[in-house]
Amino acid sequence: MTMPANVDLPPKTRGLTAIAGAMSLIAVLLIVQIWLLSAALESFLAGKHHTALPAAIFSGLMFLICFGLYLFVDRVDADVRHSDEDR
Amino acid sequence: MNWLRRSGSEPLWKEEFSVRTADERYVTRRQLTKFLVLTSFGMFVGNLWILVRSMLSKAPSYPQESVARLNEIPVGGVKLFTYPTKDDHCILVRMSENEHVSYSQKCTHLSCTVYYSQENNWLECPCHKGVFSIADGSVLQGPPSRSLPKIILESRGDELVAVDIKTS
Repeated sequence: MTMPANVDLPPKTRGLTAIAGAMSLIAVLLIVQIWLLSAALESFLAGKHHTALPAAIFSGLMFLICFGLYLFVDRVDADVRHSDEDR
Repeated sequence: MNWLRRSGSEPLWKEEFSVRTADERYVTRRQLTKFLVLTSFGMFVGNLWILVRSMLSKAPSYPQESVARLNEIPVGGVKLFTYPTKDDHCILVRMSENEHVSYSQKCTHLSCTVYYSQENNWLECPCHKGVFSIADGSVLQGPPSRSLPKIILESRGDELVAVDIKTS
């Protein structure tokens, strides 16, 4: 069974799919970040300070990925709008 | 004003409010993405705050305070006291003739006051039924995820002196 090619889909539909995918990824990363923050706080309150640095580094990485996805969403959005205006 | 409009054109409300539903949804998604990324930034700032607090925090030093006399409480008995400040309530339990243990009375779940259950020989939080071991303060059951802070005691003469607090 082959997947149907989506090249025939209009740019707006493709753009919406890409944005939905990026948003899903951001949501997953956000859940991991929330868990990381609560675990780091719990650890800090328990007097274990060595977990704070790796937690901050991973949280920062996840924020950068989220920011990159936001830029991607912004670019796709602009592209689709331009293609709409051209038509 | 109907005679000024072309026949067969869109209804007046569509011409005056010409916002396409698809465009509106499009912007909303982008705004939601921006909000999610801002939340992600907030989480990162929270982690940084914990890191800074961890770096700045020094090992606390606690005063030495006499909390009870050695034979003041019977075996299985309990004495309540405050240490290191008047707002930090603690519980002292005499487990045997020569063994005393002491813990902070503040539950590590939601800060309710724990008490000693003599029949079960454990420390119990009445709010959410969290149970802590009397031997080391570790969590035996219930929602707390951290052990009770243990008050380190030393016997000097016939007095019990609190000298330190050990967490987890």
